[in-house]
Amino acid sequence: MLLNASGCLDALTAPEVARSLDAFVTKTVTPLPREGNEPVRIAETDLGLLNSIGLQNPGIDLFVSSILPQLRRLDLPIWVSVGGFSAADYALCVETLDAHDEVVSVELNLSCPNVDEAPESAAEIVSACRSATRLPLYAKLSPALPDVTEVARAVEAAGADGLSLVNTIRGLALDERTLRPLLARGTGGYSGPALRPIALAAVYACRRATDLPIVGMGGVWNGRDALELIAVGASAVALGTVLFADPGAPSRVRAELHAAAASLGLDDPWEAVGIAHQVAVSSQATAKSAAYQPN
Amino acid sequence: MFSAERRKVVAAEAVGCYVLLRVDRGRLDPGAPGQFFMLEAPGRLLPRPMSLCLAPPGELGFLFEAVGPGTRALAALDRGDELRVLGPLGNGFRLDVARPLLVGGGIGIAPLPYLSATLNDPPAVLGFRSTEHAEAAALLPNAEVVVEPTLVTDVLPDGHDILACGPEPMLEAIAAIAPGAQLAWEAPMACGYGACYGCAVELNGRYARLCVEGPILAA
Repeated sequence: MLLNASGCLDALTAPEVARSLDAFVTKTVTPLPREGNEPVRIAETDLGLLNSIGLQNPGIDLFVSSILPQLRRLDLPIWVSVGGFSAADYALCVETLDAHDEVVSVELNLSCPNVDEAPESAAEIVSACRSATRLPLYAKLSPALPDVTEVARAVEAAGADGLSLVNTIRGLALDERTLRPLLARGTGGYSGPALRPIALAAVYACRRATDLPIVGMGGVWNGRDALELIAVGASAVALGTVLFADPGAPSRVRAELHAAAASLGLDDPWEAVGIAHQVAVSSQATAKSAAYQPN
Repeated sequence: MFSAERRKVVAAEAVGCYVLLRVDRGRLDPGAPGQFFMLEAPGRLLPRPMSLCLAPPGELGFLFEAVGPGTRALAALDRGDELRVLGPLGNGFRLDVARPLLVGGGIGIAPLPYLSATLNDPPAVLGFRSTEHAEAAALLPNAEVVVEPTLVTDVLPDGHDILACGPEPMLEAIAAIAPGAQLAWEAPMACGYGACYGCAVELNGRYARLCVEGPILAA
């Protein structure tokens, strides 16, 4: 399953792009409207993108009364990303969404690097949301956690149905001439290809630590990148920054993913879920039975 | 609806201090004057937003100054090189104006040649920071040119419908003296099609996405 990463696509301004995915993940919604951070909000670096959007969104009430009915017309499964500044904030949004059939899943954004965090732990937030909905809950975690597996196990115990790995990681870039931060807020969330090995490590570790299904994301730029996230344990892959550079990325990555899997002797790329955890035993260098090859 | 195509470079030509990148049009719609395209900047992660400068048959022309890694990569393109072109994006100028006057400052003249051609060469006032930069005024017929320290706002005639593009201080000065003006703004953009929320500008007390609600805004 191919999704977009939250905050990386607006299905209402680009419905054709959204339709080229298997489900659409909304930008994070909070209980109250948020104007977002002061511009400048984005800066390109050599290997990634910094953003400091600040969860700009219309608030949950306007979201369900105005945005959700428009999204419903796209006839796509909708995942709603939910944020907040306390466990009660998250639970309020989740409870509101529970009544809407077009919402198939909720992603709890527990890791936005551009706003203040809730005082409660990830597990406490998941627990509060678990009591508020029957909808599947995916916990989106930061790659900057000291031990992502500890939090993954805690949210699993609290009732999460899956993990979204990973969010952006905090970074900073300076102006070429002035040596001052490019972003008005100084730091931002770093995404793009530089995040890829970090995402692979987080998915790899969490696949070993929990039984939860994992949506893998972080710097996917082509089909091979998606296949690697699948190999370390992702059962779905989300596209983020690549959508900014290439709105045609969903169809392209999907085709490349199938070709990359086929070139390794796999009939279906999703056969490779978790394959990186299997011991390599054979002398034949294929994905199904890998051996060391100098490169 | 926008579309994306890989297109071939016809030429990258110097125009004074600026670069005119001419790209084979393919099936891309040139859109309305003031609309923009996202141009892949080879070797960079993200494309760069460029308003359409010229739309001769079979081509799209983009005028820019090579000031950063993206525009330097675009300026280094040669005839035959390929790049991904996405567009047209955003909202163009309203063309239902009785007495148009085009006003441009520096590289802000970029969308004006196409606008001028569409409106049958109305009068224009263009300001530049040096005579070398002012060579780009040749792209626009019927233009009065001023060079700093003279500013375009020093020489604006009365009684026109202003359509302007240029640096923020120029647009703010025009907004102050010509409340009905149509102004083309700029902001850093990652995507150009409403996905990233990076190009926020303050509009009526809230942050709007310039790529969706602009780049042309009423003064």
